[in-house]
Amino acid sequence: MSREQLYVKLNEIFREVFDSESIEVSDTTTTNDIEGWDSLMHIDLLFAIENAFEIRFDMEEGLTLQNVGEMADIILKKYNND
Amino acid sequence: MKELEYPFNAKQIISKKRKLRRLLMEKADGFVEKKIAILGGSTTSEIKNMMELFLLNQGIRPYFYEAEYNQYYQESLFPSEEFVKFSPDIIYVCTSNHNIEQYPSISDAEETVDRLFADEVQKYCTIWDKLEAKFHCPIIQNNFEKPAFRLLGNRDSYDYRGRTNFLMRLNMEFSRQAWHRDNLFLCDLDYVSSDYGLGKWSDAYYYCMYKYAMHIEAVPYLAFQVANIIKSLFGRNKKGFVLDLDNTLWGGVVGDDGVDNLAIGSELPKGQIYTKFQQYIKEHKEIGVFLTIDSKNEFENAIAGLKHPDSILTEEDFVAIYANWEPKDQNLLAIATDLQVLPESLVFIDDNPAERYIVEEQLEGVSVPDIGKEQDYIRIIDRSGFFEVTSLSADDQKRVAMYQENAKRKQAEVSFADYGEYLQSLEMCAVIKEFDIMHYARIAQLSNKSNQFNLTTQRFTKEEIEIIANESSYITLYGRLEDRFGDNGVVSVVIGKIENDSCHIKLWLMSCRVLKRDMEYAMMDCLVERCLEYGVSQIYGYYYPTEKNSMVKNFYRDMGFEKISENENFNTEWKLDIKHGYQRKNKYIELKDGES
Repeated sequence: MSREQLYVKLNEIFREVFDSESIEVSDTTTTNDIEGWDSLMHIDLLFAIENAFEIRFDMEEGLTLQNVGEMADIILKKYNND
Repeated sequence: MKELEYPFNAKQIISKKRKLRRLLMEKADGFVEKKIAILGGSTTSEIKNMMELFLLNQGIRPYFYEAEYNQYYQESLFPSEEFVKFSPDIIYVCTSNHNIEQYPSISDAEETVDRLFADEVQKYCTIWDKLEAKFHCPIIQNNFEKPAFRLLGNRDSYDYRGRTNFLMRLNMEFSRQAWHRDNLFLCDLDYVSSDYGLGKWSDAYYYCMYKYAMHIEAVPYLAFQVANIIKSLFGRNKKGFVLDLDNTLWGGVVGDDGVDNLAIGSELPKGQIYTKFQQYIKEHKEIGVFLTIDSKNEFENAIAGLKHPDSILTEEDFVAIYANWEPKDQNLLAIATDLQVLPESLVFIDDNPAERYIVEEQLEGVSVPDIGKEQDYIRIIDRSGFFEVTSLSADDQKRVAMYQENAKRKQAEVSFADYGEYLQSLEMCAVIKEFDIMHYARIAQLSNKSNQFNLTTQRFTKEEIEIIANESSYITLYGRLEDRFGDNGVVSVVIGKIENDSCHIKLWLMSCRVLKRDMEYAMMDCLVERCLEYGVSQIYGYYYPTEKNSMVKNFYRDMGFEKISENENFNTEWKLDIKHGYQRKNKYIELKDGES
């Protein structure tokens, strides 16, 4: 999967989880850019990503992300190594 | 909302949580509002959010107080000011085996383990006692899921040092406590987690990362259970089944295949499945759920099918049988009318997706589960929690007989030219008395589930009823009605508040199964009598319109009250002067003194 393909799917997930059709995430998107992205929603988000890409995050992996770009790196690595 | 009905997709509910909430809130007008306190031993936010969705889906708008993380014990013993001010309608103590203070160790003597057990029980008893004394409201308590591992393997379940054994003992004691405490309701975490799959439920990732007591995907399953208990406590259970016949209660089509070729009975695997299903359905009568038939069939064929020698269900098990070629939604409405219940209190069971679709589309609120293949029917209906039992009174058990009697009364009605003559023939007698301890639960139950004949639609918990009953400034009346066909149980409740020489009617409700029986006249006579004893000169009545109570819009007018005001919400206020005489209204119901 390419990074572009990943972002298409990632946007779908973000829009669904945060219930907003106007969301457009990129490498530099952070939790401050999206309304309601608190720690609880973060858990839901990681779970939705795990289901959509059929991957599992490692312990602590999802907690230290600085932005969506880092999240995309992890997903791509896990997805493409499968 | 289909997404929130069993069998639901938990993954989807979690990722669409916000959207589902938004859609439900758009419809949340006229919902019953309830205050729910959650005292957790783990992170409870997600449980709370999921409970909110399921409760909204049941027409209950919850407001939450959520204790700080793992403060369930402290909050119970020393409730925070905020908690006290919140004044909950329900408290949910959401603990799990993560909260066990100390498990037995292998070197422990049996007495040591007994002490650990006693300490653990004592902790929860203290919690329940304190909460009960302070808040007088129902408490929902999780029991314990089985442990994530078994050091002793299978022996873990029967060796006193095994964690499995320890948790099983605790669960037995919790059950005993819940059985003996009026206000304690267990949420069977043990069952829910087994049903979900204990291995996945106990995923350590979610506990270590977020202090979730279970896998995130299991949260909706738990929340669904708690929501079911809550909706049941507030009288939102379903009342009866509307059942299809062909390929639902037996295999095959009776009109085409003939009675002899139906799959039912113990000989063939398929017949066995339907036999089990019929047994399951029939057992519902024991908990007061009535059964009806809505089938596209010639009536004779339907009856012939029920006469099949292996059929567990017979014609007599059903309080209404509609077997014809009318659209099923129309039949369902006719059934609701016959039995004087709302369509939304019915559960429609049909193997045919097209029939389910029409009922679902035409009649909002009717439960229409997707029951899957014949081997899934029981599981899906059972897990749906339509009839979650939180109390099982004698009245509940007699209820099916009452619906049956209602149907008979309807037949009797036809043979009388004059309605008065019919009422006379019913040989009705009533007991109308002030609230007593025997009836608090039933009175509260009625206040929560009566929607149609209900002037103010004010809901009360059992504890609130008890408080009002002991308050001397209130006149309280419950009415029980019997007739030649049977006992209807407690069917009407009136609460009046005395202020100086006036009585304000806070609540007046009646069960629709005794509609047009003049029971309201008998209640009115008693109310006036009681008012006069209190030196009351005028009675004030109030009507607050809801979507469902238009049938009593003119109730006070018909009772001889005079309208004195109406506001922009069409709330009306009525007044009756009783100082200068009162004409008794009841002609057909004889009043009895004591309980029968």
